[in-house]
Amino acid sequence: MADLLQAAAFVLVLIGLGAVLLHGASGLGYNWQWNRVTRYLLIRDAAGWQFGPLLKGLGLTLEITLASLGLSLLIGLCTALMRLSASPMARGIARVYLELIRNTPLLIQIFVLYFVFAPILDLGRFSSAVIALSLFEGSYASEIIRAGILAIPVGQWEAAASLGLPRKQTYRHIILPQALRQMTPPLTSQGISLVKDSALVSTIAIYDLTMQGQQIIAETFLTFEIWFTVAAIYLAVTMLLSILVKYLENHLTKYQH
Amino acid sequence: MKIRCLLALTLVLSLLATPLLASEVRQSLTEESTLAQVVAKNKLRIGFSTFVPWAMKDKTGGYTGFEIEVAKQLAEDMGVEAEFVPTKWSGIIPALLTGKFDVIIGGMGITPARNLKVNFSDPYEFSGMSIVANSKLAAGRSSLEAFNDPALTIVARIGTTAATAAKKHLPKAQLRLFDDEGQALQEVLNNRAAAMVSSQPFPEFQTLKYADKLYLPLAGKTFTKEPIGFAIRKGDVDFLNFLNNWVKFRNADGWLQEHYEYWFTTQDWKARIE
Repeated sequence: MADLLQAAAFVLVLIGLGAVLLHGASGLGYNWQWNRVTRYLLIRDAAGWQFGPLLKGLGLTLEITLASLGLSLLIGLCTALMRLSASPMARGIARVYLELIRNTPLLIQIFVLYFVFAPILDLGRFSSAVIALSLFEGSYASEIIRAGILAIPVGQWEAAASLGLPRKQTYRHIILPQALRQMTPPLTSQGISLVKDSALVSTIAIYDLTMQGQQIIAETFLTFEIWFTVAAIYLAVTMLLSILVKYLENHLTKYQH
Repeated sequence: MKIRCLLALTLVLSLLATPLLASEVRQSLTEESTLAQVVAKNKLRIGFSTFVPWAMKDKTGGYTGFEIEVAKQLAEDMGVEAEFVPTKWSGIIPALLTGKFDVIIGGMGITPARNLKVNFSDPYEFSGMSIVANSKLAAGRSSLEAFNDPALTIVARIGTTAATAAKKHLPKAQLRLFDDEGQALQEVLNNRAAAMVSSQPFPEFQTLKYADKLYLPLAGKTFTKEPIGFAIRKGDVDFLNFLNNWVKFRNADGWLQEHYEYWFTTQDWKARIE
């Protein structure tokens, strides 16, 4: 009975929110034209069905996200290990990188990398975007990884040392596999942030999902229809990512007793 | 007898009521017009975005430029205060539609696609598109056709008629769009784009500034002619009528011409900016 009440309350809250949204939308005096949106998702021509500009943009967004995900995990792991290492220099470099990146806006980092450093280093548009995103997300990932490593009881280190394992192998076989389980949920949130943050690369004229959306709006003025569609696509991608990680987590914890 | 009387009375009353209804509708339309609202609030809110020399930040932190002077003069002729609302160009039409300001005075070109969403006044000026090119990457190209080349990257500002013109006239070239003109030009200066499409006089000014890196392939000539109008929300006859006649009035007394020449053919205003 209490469950039913709870469920009813939940549905009521959702309906209420929906009503507020609809009321606001109708009060705008905005002319909604949802029927014009589909052609930007899928186009039908002589050759059959083709991806429209929005889905092409999604493809690029996924490419950038996947490349940045791999690189940011690598940067994160290196930074975490540097911060935990015995060398003061490695600790110092890691600390400077972390504070610099974590305390400045990503948009400005993208601009600085693309307009200032890229011409010197001869970086392309795509690589600038991937590097900027990886450096930014990597700094957060490094803190998550470091916390995960520090959460492993000191007894594990001692056990590894008593078996005569060198530091590298201790990390590889003992510490990191155990730490990985602790790190998965916060790293997933970081991955989701990465998908959303990738929208900022539209500012350097990369035709990702956001930029394609902006361009369609500039030509058709279907402002709200296109932005809602773009938001829904991002939501679908991040939800899929969450579901995937949930499945992985169950797989990982299967061996825990 | 009674019934007849009643019927006659009803008829007379309903005949009396018709003009009353019409005048009521007119009354409410007049009251709801942006024109009446502006006068009642004693404030005209103007949406614009920065474009050299239409609207720019000046030394004192305020705004100056051709559009700014037009807007100030319009507000003065209405007898109200002008309030400027700087808005990102790519979102300026939705901002007007949702009532963030009363009118767009920002060098907005009149196009059919825009006209489906907003109403335009008569044009108060005309602008044209031109090209500014990178001397190294686009060396030797001196016609519009020469830039219609798949090997070239062309940049423009998103949501502008420059972007539309680039798409239309240079369909083969790769088009890259940026949110403001400074970023787009930086792309040309950094040797990553061969040329930028933009309304005059921006290409000319930039070529003067970076004479070692940029040149004018069309010798400063424009390849389009675009009418520029005030944009307002749909369904407002009174305000549209006022704006149309303001344009006629200020054209007739030479005010528009004089100010246009000052901002677009001279650089005397430079001292106000730097």
